[in-house]
Amino acid sequence: MEGLKQELKEKIIEQLNLEDIAVAEIQDNDSLFGDGLGLDSIDALELIVMLDKDYGIKLTDPKEGKKIFQSIEIMANYISEHRTK
Amino acid sequence: MLDAVYHIKSFCHIKNNTVSLNDSILYQDKTSGFSEFIKAAYKTIETNYPKFFKMDNLSKLSFLAADILLKNEGLDTEVDNNIAIIFSNKSSSLDTDRKYQESIQNKNSYYPSPAVFVYTLPNICIGEISIKYKLYSENSFFIFANFNAEHLFAYTNSLLLTNKANEVLCGWVEFDDQHYEAFLYLVSKEGTIEHTTKEITKLYQNQKTT
Repeated sequence: MEGLKQELKEKIIEQLNLEDIAVAEIQDNDSLFGDGLGLDSIDALELIVMLDKDYGIKLTDPKEGKKIFQSIEIMANYISEHRTK
Repeated sequence: MLDAVYHIKSFCHIKNNTVSLNDSILYQDKTSGFSEFIKAAYKTIETNYPKFFKMDNLSKLSFLAADILLKNEGLDTEVDNNIAIIFSNKSSSLDTDRKYQESIQNKNSYYPSPAVFVYTLPNICIGEISIKYKLYSENSFFIFANFNAEHLFAYTNSLLLTNKANEVLCGWVEFDDQHYEAFLYLVSKEGTIEHTTKEITKLYQNQKTT
């Protein structure tokens, strides 16, 4: 699980172009949206594509992302349970 | 009526790995490619706007040139700044359109990127500038085969004469593959350079690189 969390932090920084943020600065329970990392709605869609492309998880309802993308901790748990690749 | 004289208050070039404001070089790096160059220029100029890194190349180019000019004005973004934005180029958003096309080309690896898709229109760069400076003003993006000083001049004067805008940020922002070029200028009632097609063309053609 720790490896997956590290991997998610690296992927989020790279794919969402968070140039000024380092992996070490993202805590497992930090909010990804709002006051946390400050991600926006386009980032949320990009994360949905990432789940599909990298972990074989298809979210049919974008609203599901709101629960799953709360933090790295919650994302990692969800991916561990649902991944198909 | 279109003969009324306005002035070019300031102008900015980004071309040939050089950023200049009113003929003064602000940043230059002759060795790097566009991505490295524009990132280094952004840091040197202290733009400090993290969303910059999410933009496509045309928006990065346009945003940085506009930011240099508007920052130079010392605008208070809490008051209504009625500055219209009139941009033009040759390749529209073709560079980003190609990137998006590549992401949907292969049916077995069909992962269209929302973050790329949102930049598949040229006028998105105007939106980025308007968001940063809270501009709710008139704007247009025109596509021409070449830099068209006559059109920019006439359109800008029309906006100013009809009080649709107090000032106009206008010019040419082109990005396609490895070729890029930005020339933006601010037209106002103030300034020392007369707003004429002759002066616009002269400024466009004479970027200082040394």
